[in-house]
Amino acid sequence: MSMTKMHIRVNVNGVEREGDVQARLLLVHFIREVLGLTGTHIGCDTSNCGACTVVLGGKAVKSCTLFAVQANGKKLLTVEGLAKEGKLHPIQEGFWEKHGLQCGFCTPGMIMAAYHLLQKNPNPTEEEIRRGISGNLCRCTGYVKIVESVQYAAEKMRVQEAQVAAR
Amino acid sequence: MIPPNFEYFAPNTLGDAVSLLERYGEDAKILAGGQSLIPLMKLRLASPRFIVDLNQIQGLEYVRESDSYLRIGALTRVTDLEASEMVRKKYPVIYDVAAHIADPLVRNMGTVGGNIAHGDPANDLPAVMLALNAEFIAISPTGERTIKAEEFFIDSFTTALKPSEVLTEARVAMPPARSGGAYLKLEKRVGDFAIAGVATQLTVDGRGVCERVGIGLTSAGPTPLKPKKAEESLRGKKPDDSAIKRTADLAADNANPRSDLRGPAEYKREMFRVLTIRALRNALSRVSGGS
Ligand SMILES: Cc1cc2nc3c(=O)[nH]c(=O)nc-3n(C[C@H](O)[C@H](O)[C@H](O)COP(=O)(O)OP(=O)(O)OC[C@H]3O[C@@H](n4cnc5c(N)ncnc54)[C@H](O)[C@@H]3O)c2cc1C
Ligand code: FES
Ligand code: FES
Repeated sequence: MSMTKMHIRVNVNGVEREGDVQARLLLVHFIREVLGLTGTHIGCDTSNCGACTVVLGGKAVKSCTLFAVQANGKKLLTVEGLAKEGKLHPIQEGFWEKHGLQCGFCTPGMIMAAYHLLQKNPNPTEEEIRRGISGNLCRCTGYVKIVESVQYAAEKMRVQEAQVAAR
Repeated sequence: MIPPNFEYFAPNTLGDAVSLLERYGEDAKILAGGQSLIPLMKLRLASPRFIVDLNQIQGLEYVRESDSYLRIGALTRVTDLEASEMVRKKYPVIYDVAAHIADPLVRNMGTVGGNIAHGDPANDLPAVMLALNAEFIAISPTGERTIKAEEFFIDSFTTALKPSEVLTEARVAMPPARSGGAYLKLEKRVGDFAIAGVATQLTVDGRGVCERVGIGLTSAGPTPLKPKKAEESLRGKKPDDSAIKRTADLAADNANPRSDLRGPAEYKREMFRVLTIRALRNALSRVSGGS
């Protein structure tokens, strides 16, 4: 398998999507320009800010630092894939309730990083939350409200888990 | 920023990977985690015509002990090193470094092999590998060879690997009882490269004398550095305050940092001294059976 142009298939937010891409196309450009999903942001474009964070194959990664061809055959989750049936995901709800954003530019990346963190560790300490989002920069909030948002989400997700288990 | 175009290969076997590398020579680059290569390509500081992506090759992601070695597969993500219970308990110096490389998002992609093979003197893993006297296994069309960490780092971004060679494993002899290690990194902000970094690994005998001493320095010059005089000065001695101070002085003398945005050379040299003292003390406190 070799080409400067390739056909790729990616499961994006539960839907099989495909397209012909140049090998050099960055994943973030595939997401924004080919798929038209503009929730994923480009902040720095130099791998430093985390605004472009998505969850690929279950792991939070910087989509500006990956080629789209590397996502071939994998599952991709972007911020658009979180809300279900018009209901915000608990992490989104947390950012809403706890005022976890001001300008909102970093928010999709923060949410995706928090998503991966809570998958791995459903009951993180404040320290673990701060470490978990340390690849995501925010120029507005000072992080205090972001941490509270993630704590809110963790709590809510644990309650939901428990309700499902009790059923 | 858009990288230059290239032809992309994702071979399923190491054999196919090395034959592609042999065919395209200097025009080809290996892609592992991509967390150094892709930023360089976006800045057009690297423009490989052919990319050989290792990520479809099975069996290169592992952390295990066998035949008296800790073996780490080249494609092991830094995150997985950090998450390994065995690493945390038995190789604290490796746990320390894994938790301080870049940020969690970069660590989810970045690989152990890439961190070493990139040959960046600011990367953190090489200093740890030097302190542990690690060996690297590389495969090429003519077979496999083992390269000592000490002989691996030749110049900035230049290693002993040939263009057709793939690093497949880093291995470290399992430390004897009464061993401990630590990595300390001074950074301007979380996720940045080190202003200065120091790795230490000690083995102490029943009388409290240092039997084995390993030290490695990050951001201390054009290559990751193994300050041998410093190591020798502590070997066979009791690690009391004056011996530790002398070792740290020698390590700092050996360091050759450059003045840059992360600070003037003089300041960095002083930091190597301070960090070496602290990293030796941390290593001692972790010697099992120690205090
Ligand atoms: C924002 C940011 C901050 C960072 N901070 C740090 C830091 O603090 N400390 C640190 O250590 N690193 C840091 N890095 C670098 C990061 O750790 C990289 O992951 C690492 O340097 C390279 O590993 P990789 O797997 O991503 O390799 P790649 O980028 O895929 O490859 C790097 C180079 O190594 C070669 N290569 C890769 N694998 C092999 C192999 N198996 N055999 C032969 N050659 C191979 C490639 O051809 C390429 O030339 C940072 C990166 C970013 C983006
Ligand atoms: S846009 Fe990807 S890290 Fe900033
Ligand atoms: S809310 Fe503005 S960058 Fe985070």
